[in-house]
Amino acid sequence: MYEGAIQDLIDELGRLPGVGPKSAQRIAFHILSADPADVTRLATVLNRVKDQVRFCTTCFNVAESEQCRICRDPRRTNEFLCVVEEPKDVVAIERTGEFRGRYHVLGGAINPLEGIGPDNLRVRELMARLGSGEVKELILATDPNTEGEATATYVALLVKPMGIDVTRLASGLPVGGDLEYADEITLGRAFEGRRAV
Amino acid sequence: MPGYRRQLYRDDAVVLRVQKLGESDRIITLLSRRHGRLRAVARGVRRTTSRFGARLEPFGHVDLQIAGDPNGNIGGGLHTVSQVEAIQLYGKRFLDDYPRYTAACAIAETAERLSPIEREPSQRLFLLTLGALRALAAREHAGTLVLDAYLLRGMGIAGWAPALAECAVCGTRGLHKAFSVPAGGAVCPDCRPPGSAHPAPATLDLMIALSAGDWTVADAAEPGARRECSGLVAAHLQWHLERGLRSLPLVDRTTGEEQK
Ligand SMILES: [Zn+2]
Ligand SMILES: [Zn+2]
Repeated sequence: MYEGAIQDLIDELGRLPGVGPKSAQRIAFHILSADPADVTRLATVLNRVKDQVRFCTTCFNVAESEQCRICRDPRRTNEFLCVVEEPKDVVAIERTGEFRGRYHVLGGAINPLEGIGPDNLRVRELMARLGSGEVKELILATDPNTEGEATATYVALLVKPMGIDVTRLASGLPVGGDLEYADEITLGRAFEGRRAV
Repeated sequence: MPGYRRQLYRDDAVVLRVQKLGESDRIITLLSRRHGRLRAVARGVRRTTSRFGARLEPFGHVDLQIAGDPNGNIGGGLHTVSQVEAIQLYGKRFLDDYPRYTAACAIAETAERLSPIEREPSQRLFLLTLGALRALAAREHAGTLVLDAYLLRGMGIAGWAPALAECAVCGTRGLHKAFSVPAGGAVCPDCRPPGSAHPAPATLDLMIALSAGDWTVADAAEPGARRECSGLVAAHLQWHLERGLRSLPLVDRTTGEEQK
């Protein structure tokens, strides 16, 4: 245990995902010895991210205004809607350059063991968007693991009676992996070879 | 670390829960045949180059080699999965069947809660859990029936199965009409506490059939009896667990009745 501010910093860092007590201590002492200008910049972006970044009111991607960059882009089509778990998955798919439609960010996957059911995700908002009738194909790009697949199955079950084509990314994505770790080529192929569900 | 020996040990196990750890690792909660409930780290499995990832998805029956001290964790930290082979990956069979997926989640969470102490072997619980996942995957019976049978028998292993064919209070044999969760199950007219439920006789018949593994009777049960049975089983389970199960209210029972 250290005294005062440095211990507070270690405690706060230790609450971050993936940061153990040893890493928290290492980062805290790194910050302590860093250039004051660097630390000020870090503090500024930390404050700014909470103040300015919000969720797009349409797709729930991160945005700096009412709507995100992708929802505002007039060159993109509403005919294709791609459902992902997290904003980082939008980034991964955008990197492939394969997709010209829009997104819907669920905010996670259905995971009953963690107490997360459909009502804890933005499923109702998705159904409301589909009600407009503009979407021709719904692409389910949840993670290729058990929770992601189960979430895709659940959404497909809801959407299919609406007469919208529902597709899933092709295999080639290894089961158990995170979408964000797929390289552009694999993810691009998975997109091209998507199959109806 | 003094007194700590890191060694390899091997066992077969059911994967109960998978949680992300750091950038690309996972913590796997396992119910093993000989070493009870274990938690082990699987390194790098979320990278797309990992061959292990698919084998360590929830609800699989796997053969593992684990590095760690099989007798304790004093100063040893988390064990790590060093090798894993699939015996039967039941999780794959639930991916296109949402109600069965939610039932599998409730089975896994119950297994975890019925094995509160890590590394305390319970072969009965292991075999019951493995059997339930196998039955769920085989799709021979409704998912909700498989789940309720598992919960009833799991409570039996824990020592708090509801009394069904005798009075929970005085032990008088016979089928009693009242059911009281706090009293411990079916109760006779003399022992019946105020506020007891009065389930349909068919509901108690179903609960007896599920406890005994009499699937001919269970499969023939009407939707009303199934629903009432699920309600009583859930209430009995929640009464005995300190905290409620998170997955049980999320079990999708809507299509469970239509699909066999
Ligand atoms: Zn948007
Ligand atoms: Zn009695």
